[in-house]
Amino acid sequence: MHTSRDTSITQLDPNILPTIEAIEAPSSGRHGGDKLGTAGWISIGWIGGLALLAVLAPVLPIPDPNESFPEIARMGPTSGHILGGDAIGRDMLSRIIWGARASFIVGFGAVAFGLVLGGILGLITGFFRGRVDSIITPLMNVLLAIPQFVLALSLVTVLASGEGVDATRRLAVVVLGLGVVSIPLLGRITRANTLAWSEREFVLASRAMGAKNWRIMMREVLPNVVPAMLSIALLGVGIAIVAEGGLSLFGVGVQLPTPSWGNMIAEGRDQMRRAPHIVIFTSIVLFLTVMALNYLGDAVSRRFGVRESVL
Amino acid sequence: MSPQTILEGGGVPSGTPGAATLLEVRDVTTQFVTDRGVLNAVNGVSFSLERGRTLGIVGESGSGKSVLSRSIMGLLPRSTTIRSGQVFFEGTEISGLNDSQYRELWGDEMAMIFQDPMTALNPVMKIGNQITESLRFHLNMSKSDARDTAVALLKAVKIPEAEKRFSSYPHEMSGGMRQRVVIAVALACGPKLLFADEPTTALDVTVQAQILDLLAEQQRERYMAMILVTHDLGVVAGRADEIAVMYAGRIVEQAPTDILFREMKMPYTEALLSAIPKMDDPSHTRLAAIGGRPPDLVNPPKGCSFSPRCPYVQPRCHEEVPPLAPSPTTPSHKFACFYPVGSPETEAIRLELAAKRLMSTAPHSEPVTPPPFIAPPLDGGTDTTPMGGA
Repeated sequence: MHTSRDTSITQLDPNILPTIEAIEAPSSGRHGGDKLGTAGWISIGWIGGLALLAVLAPVLPIPDPNESFPEIARMGPTSGHILGGDAIGRDMLSRIIWGARASFIVGFGAVAFGLVLGGILGLITGFFRGRVDSIITPLMNVLLAIPQFVLALSLVTVLASGEGVDATRRLAVVVLGLGVVSIPLLGRITRANTLAWSEREFVLASRAMGAKNWRIMMREVLPNVVPAMLSIALLGVGIAIVAEGGLSLFGVGVQLPTPSWGNMIAEGRDQMRRAPHIVIFTSIVLFLTVMALNYLGDAVSRRFGVRESVL
Repeated sequence: MSPQTILEGGGVPSGTPGAATLLEVRDVTTQFVTDRGVLNAVNGVSFSLERGRTLGIVGESGSGKSVLSRSIMGLLPRSTTIRSGQVFFEGTEISGLNDSQYRELWGDEMAMIFQDPMTALNPVMKIGNQITESLRFHLNMSKSDARDTAVALLKAVKIPEAEKRFSSYPHEMSGGMRQRVVIAVALACGPKLLFADEPTTALDVTVQAQILDLLAEQQRERYMAMILVTHDLGVVAGRADEIAVMYAGRIVEQAPTDILFREMKMPYTEALLSAIPKMDDPSHTRLAAIGGRPPDLVNPPKGCSFSPRCPYVQPRCHEEVPPLAPSPTTPSHKFACFYPVGSPETEAIRLELAAKRLMSTAPHSEPVTPPPFIAPPLDGGTDTTPMGGA
């Protein structure tokens, strides 16, 4: 029938084929190239180093963060206390390291909380759409319409203020309050990306091979959505750490005397005239940490080609 | 060969030979609910298919060919789709099944190859795992058995260095290789019915031929029935046993391949075929096109849906819908036209048109040969054009 067809291409001896060296397709940029870069590794180093210090704080050769040395009160860096002392002579270096504990717990804890709940809601609404979506998504939008900080502030004030609230409970409530605020943000990102990925043919292909919905969601959609979630989550950690500082200014952040960067700045602002180093040193550490987190978030989205348009 | 044998090429054979009807589709209608109204994507399609046979479904974009195959497979979203008609698979009615009953069929009994290999594979999963997943789920294979089968499948679809490729990601492969993987995924559980939804549209012409040969080879080996959906008459010409031409959701002509190409009756089929550039046309021959555009499926035209574009249109065509009826001379040849190609009414118009040189169709006495598959050489006489029909 096909006398005119050139069969030389298709009728090669099949035994030859397996020995042909496979040609690597040029990498499409999704996984290849575009590594983290120096700045990325510095960011990781900074955050990882701080986290390590925070974890090891009890065994580090630093003074107790609540021990007062009257001779260094309001003094800048001196020998033995390289970052100086605060208003009542507590060692600044020690307080910043111990403060990293509370700040990281708040930052990562709140975002983890929001990521789990927002992620589940986003996946479900984006994947099933329909009725589930038309109930949950408007609720998330309502939550988004309330000013975020006011929402967190009222949650914490209602749940843990006044006398007799211990420090652990206050910390948990701050995490919860900021976590609730981050649910709709992370939920929306997850939903938007899930919507986009669920339309891809491989999802239909997987369905056509008999995969169940939860399996498609977990194995096909979620791994593709994770980069976008991760990128926003890293930004979110920075925002949560700063937000805890805001709560501290209103007296409902992490409870004193447990140090957090937020309550250190809040406490130190009274001393801005006489001992500006208290606020400045803490702010620098806070600033570098937030910057490193933002940079990492960007790096993740660049590396995995997360498109801003779906955000 | 008993059904339990593992094929040399990997996977499980699709079953024992037998000429029983595998798939019977009766009056299937699929409608979508849209903002503008109800869209008739598939409109009363019936056909049947035996094991080991290939049905080619040809039509231009929006003719309902993809929707038809998805409708038969039950893959369309239920909330926005209205389906009616009956589908029998191995004698069992399957159109009323729910998702979990369909899941028993999907992969195991029927599988689908998608158009675009770039999006039909999960970019973050190793290709090997994409194959083993269904093997482990449907056939309860152990991890190492599934791996061996997957490697055998990759070899069967002629992927070099199959063991190494098992742990590659899709982005590390070329389009043709990816389509081979997509085929391996679809073949893994030994489906009896394979839908190939424009399997070569996204590939370049030389790779198209390889992929189609591979599909034909696997089909022979596994004795599968195949529904080959395409917009390209050249793709189905040498590979389908029977061809159904779809237009506006209906089958307008259906015949065994050689009969269809020898004596096509429906003006639409004729127009599709004449739209394919011919190798022996002189240089700068104007390419034939079908004027107008496909009808709006929400408000289809009255009468024959092709009537607004048909060169041979008669008043009756605007009033009545022609039924799909067997040809009086060849019962296996069905077409839906009151004034088929070759009838006195159309001959008069054809001569008139030929005189005006508006259509470059060959005289009817000369049989139309199937179009050659390989594209004309780039430095050859004809304009370089995309393959095929619409």
